Amino acid sequence: MYFWLFIAQLATLVLILGLLYRPLGDYMARVYTTRKNLKVERGIYRLIGVNPDSDQTWPVYLRSVLAFSAVGILILYGMQRLQQFLPYALGLPAVPEGLSFNTAISFVTNTNWQSYSPEVTMGYTVQMAGLAVQNFASAAVGIAVAIALVRGFALRKSGTIGNFWVDMIRGTIRILLPLSVIAAIVLLAGGAIQNFNGFDHITTLTGATQSIPGGPVASQEAIKEVGTNGGGFFNVNSAHPFENPTPWTNIFEIVLMLAIPFALPRTFGTMVGDKRQGYAILATMGTLFVASLVAMTLFEFAGNGTATMAAGGAMEGKETRFGIIGSTLFGTSSTLTSTGAVNSMHDSYTALGGGMAMINMMLGEVAPGGVGSGLYGILVIAIIAVFIAGLMVGRTPEYLGKKLGAREMKLASLYILATPTLVLVGTALSFAIPAVRADIEKTSMWNPGLHGFSEVLYAFTSAGNNNGSAFAGLTANTPWLNSALGVVMMLGRFLPIVFALALAGSLAAQDRVPATAGTLPTHRPQFIGLLIGTVILVSALTYFPVLALGPLAEGLK
Amino acid sequence: MSTTLTHPEVASHTPAPKTPQGAFSLGQLAKGLPGALRKLRPREMWHNPVMFIVEIGAALTTLLAIAQPFLGTQTSGGSAQSLAFTWSIAIWLWLTVVFANLAEAVAEGRGKAQAASLRQTRTSTMATRVTGYDAAIDAAAAHAGTEQVASADLHLGDVVVVTAGELIPGDGDIVWGIASVDESAITGESAPVVRESGGDRSAVTGGTRVLSDRIVVRITSKPGETFIDRMIKLVEGASRQKTPNEIALNILLASLSIVFLVVVLTLGPVAGYSGAAPSVPVLIALLVCLIPTTIGALLSAIGIAGMDRLVQRNVLAMSGRAVEAAGDVTTLLLDKTGTITYGNRQASEFTAVAGADQTELIRSAALSSLSDPTPEGTSIVTLAETLGYVHQGAVDGDVVPFTAQTRMSGIDFADGSQVRKGAASAVTSWVQESAPAPSTVLRELDAEVERVSQLGGTPLVVATRTAIGTASILGVIYLKDIVKPGLAERFADLRRMGIRTVMITGDNPLTAKHIAAEAGVDDFLAEATPEDKLALIRREQEGGNLVAMTGDGTNDAPALAQADVGVAMNTGTSAAKEAGNMVDLDSDPTKLIDIVSIGKQLLITRGSLTTFSIANDVAKYFAIIPAMFVGVFPGLQALNIMHLHSPASAILSAVIFNAIIIVVLIPLALRGVRYRPAMASSLLTRNLLIYGLGGIIAPFIGIKLIDLLVGVIPGF
Repeated sequence: MYFWLFIAQLATLVLILGLLYRPLGDYMARVYTTRKNLKVERGIYRLIGVNPDSDQTWPVYLRSVLAFSAVGILILYGMQRLQQFLPYALGLPAVPEGLSFNTAISFVTNTNWQSYSPEVTMGYTVQMAGLAVQNFASAAVGIAVAIALVRGFALRKSGTIGNFWVDMIRGTIRILLPLSVIAAIVLLAGGAIQNFNGFDHITTLTGATQSIPGGPVASQEAIKEVGTNGGGFFNVNSAHPFENPTPWTNIFEIVLMLAIPFALPRTFGTMVGDKRQGYAILATMGTLFVASLVAMTLFEFAGNGTATMAAGGAMEGKETRFGIIGSTLFGTSSTLTSTGAVNSMHDSYTALGGGMAMINMMLGEVAPGGVGSGLYGILVIAIIAVFIAGLMVGRTPEYLGKKLGAREMKLASLYILATPTLVLVGTALSFAIPAVRADIEKTSMWNPGLHGFSEVLYAFTSAGNNNGSAFAGLTANTPWLNSALGVVMMLGRFLPIVFALALAGSLAAQDRVPATAGTLPTHRPQFIGLLIGTVILVSALTYFPVLALGPLAEGLK
Repeated sequence: MSTTLTHPEVASHTPAPKTPQGAFSLGQLAKGLPGALRKLRPREMWHNPVMFIVEIGAALTTLLAIAQPFLGTQTSGGSAQSLAFTWSIAIWLWLTVVFANLAEAVAEGRGKAQAASLRQTRTSTMATRVTGYDAAIDAAAAHAGTEQVASADLHLGDVVVVTAGELIPGDGDIVWGIASVDESAITGESAPVVRESGGDRSAVTGGTRVLSDRIVVRITSKPGETFIDRMIKLVEGASRQKTPNEIALNILLASLSIVFLVVVLTLGPVAGYSGAAPSVPVLIALLVCLIPTTIGALLSAIGIAGMDRLVQRNVLAMSGRAVEAAGDVTTLLLDKTGTITYGNRQASEFTAVAGADQTELIRSAALSSLSDPTPEGTSIVTLAETLGYVHQGAVDGDVVPFTAQTRMSGIDFADGSQVRKGAASAVTSWVQESAPAPSTVLRELDAEVERVSQLGGTPLVVATRTAIGTASILGVIYLKDIVKPGLAERFADLRRMGIRTVMITGDNPLTAKHIAAEAGVDDFLAEATPEDKLALIRREQEGGNLVAMTGDGTNDAPALAQADVGVAMNTGTSAAKEAGNMVDLDSDPTKLIDIVSIGKQLLITRGSLTTFSIANDVAKYFAIIPAMFVGVFPGLQALNIMHLHSPASAILSAVIFNAIIIVVLIPLALRGVRYRPAMASSLLTRNLLIYGLGGIIAPFIGIKLIDLLVGVIPGF
């Protein structure tokens, strides 16, 4: 029965995403290639003083990204620190310094790591005018960078790679906003709440009083999934019935998370003028996704122990309205897309099932990854794969007609070097510095031993890969974790962006080498297999030892 | 036509390599050992970051092994670590570095022998320098003053006289005279070649010997920068610079090493949390096993061996960059004559026209060719003789040689009659000088000429003029271009490799088209001038193609310089040799195809061994990780899928495998991965299976076997 339920849910998902692939992908390609501007966009360009027809070189594009994000971080930090003066603060005080720092970075980097309980920390103004704005902005930045890299492949002998302000504004107005509005309405219909009620104090059947928080949840929820942000309105995120009321809203939210990341390969294929290339990337992402989902689901069903046997699987930490399948499907989607939303507590998964959530992030968020970041991530790994495979066919390697020389390899290597280094160094420092280690063991970890280690590793993996999901069971609102995770999130977001944009610049400057029979074809199953292998091998080789010390050692007890 | 004394057909075969190709013996290893040990100096190791890391690790482990007795019992991952273990790791790490250096030393050693023999020719000779040379008054320098100077003191632009028996003191062009020259010192070919002033055979190389006659040479190289000097540097690998692709690969390898360095450095504190901190030697062992040592060790050997393979085929690449570019070539420009067809066209048919007598045609054709020394002329006489013509007595008359202006040759007999053969238009107008030829005859002639052209042949028209001045057209000689056998298959191979072939010829489009079809080339450029050639290369490059070509004449120099791979013939002018980035000592234009294969093989070898090296890590993880922590987490024994004897033997076996695999792969690195022209995707499938899948499986077997041996040693 479970088997068919699993197949049915997966098939529904594949069907919907399949129907979306071409129209959404081609629509996005048009959005980023057309010369026409909407009236409202022209107004914004005039307001911020941008000429939408002038393209930027990669350093200028990069500076724009960094400046825009830096301003975003400052504004968000300021809003939190001045919360008590803002309207609709629900009487909540200013957010402490460390937490504000962490949260500002977290939302601007599309991570949405939350070291706090939102309903008792952030008022409506911070949530809507601060966090939600960054949910849109950070997602738009991600797509813009991906599009810039795609232009690198598509353009020939070009000094420029597009205009960041145009890409960011179009992405927000023409893609993210409409999708979010539709999604919010559907979620409202499904039972998610949308109000400004503050706390309702009610008396329960047993006579106890309880405070039920309200809030503009549906609108937040929509962009949280569409922009693969993941920062919940409530602490328990999508496990909360106000955020994710029913099994079908659960599937709907999963679709929202996956819609843009899975459609971007189409945008890529269309923009480079070879749709088969898009299908190859899609197939790579899809295969990894299904394989990971199957593994996690199997591990959860295989969880043993008296209670789990009775429940038919590891039900601890999962909502009964979603069941194991609805939970692993959500968990896999969330950890593979850099969303980081949860509808079940990953900390309570079996050791190997929780390990899968971690592995999903360790793959580098490329299957399909966050909005935009997934595409540029997998394109960089494709460059590495093409380089080695290209040598094996006896040619100086080229991908989509662009030669991969020393400069391209330097940037691609730095890209794949950045995140693992952040994750591993962050984790190691947490245990290497005696004072920090004492603090981690005493305050942060709720579980001793191997599981405690997994919690810390999970936190840094989540931050470094800009996922934002938490293993739970870790108190992250400490000076060390707030600042260390903040730095890791920031570098984990912007270092790869620097390398991806530099790569875009150097690719765009090249001419395109025509494909011949001697060129490595990058649209066949052979290449898809190779790319999957590279994704797995690169991350497996990097993380195998720490996984052995965490989930593996725990799971193989 | 060719003025070399060797028959053109001889040049078309690939000469047997002078050193045994791919052969690899223990003797070579022994010879390379001192060089390998010298290379251990950090100053030299530094150039290879991957192996430099290994050397630092080896030194550190050695220090720890020395210190261990004073530090008390060492534990790693919860189990005690014996002194024998630390020493074993230290020794095998040093061996890993030595093996890597050995690979490079062996590769270099192969070039050394050749360099030594070249060096002998460079010994200083005395040169006869002409003082105040004036080409206009005294081209032969017969009356000018001369002085004796050492060859090392010659400067650019000096003029020297070289007579029979002397060594030519430096690279230069002959400005006067003709001589036969023994160039065996650089080509290995014992037959002497003819060099003469003017034209495309005027270049001479310093260190070669003049066998006959006397020549005046203008020196075109600075001392110490002669062709031989450059050759010595090349075969020795002294001037070896990293090629662009090698640099790119090195960057990838370096960053992989950094990733693994981070992995290993962070492992200490992380494992320390669980009380499973591994000892430093164990961490170093893990690091060395993970970083891509196999390809790091063999990378430079692969590059040197690639150049060496070219040298063995008598091709000198001026840079490694050119060899790499050869692998990327997408368009090959091939000269028709000598590359696609044999250099000499041969008479295959006499066709009489306008009712002329066939016997008379044959007789006239033979007579007109008796004094024609070109291969065409000889072939006409030979064909005539097989058709029954018998020549009697000496020819009594004046030979009219072929000139570019008249485009005819023949004989003016003493009795006043004349016979001519030559291009149709030239001979027709010669005939019409006496009286207009009847239009029927002209039509018939045109039809025949057209027919021969369409067949890809060259039509020669034969005509006579009697003593009283009546001229008549006799018929047409069909000179056939003989396409070399087996070319069509080679071009099909090239097409599968994604390389387009373009035939370059001075023939008319009709002839060119026929030969192009017969040889199976993809395209042709007819009636090509050097300017056309250059324009074609530019056009191809505009479209993103990489172009390779051969050339020998001075007028080829711009095209050679423009081409991505320009192979100059050694018989060519120094301008051509200077412009190209490779020189073919055998002057065999067909070799271009081999050069492309060698370039591809070089890249394939690099890619395959990189894949193998990275794939190896999987098995090494399964050997080392459980061994590192099994003392604290017995559950990890499940990962010990090879069932290795003990943690110590598992780690040592992985390190030993890591070292030995380098030596095992040296022959492959030197010989190069087997390469057959094929589509990119089938090549990739094959190499992925062998080096990717093989790279995953092989170490599982290898480490297990080594472990069986190590497990027997007491203490492991």
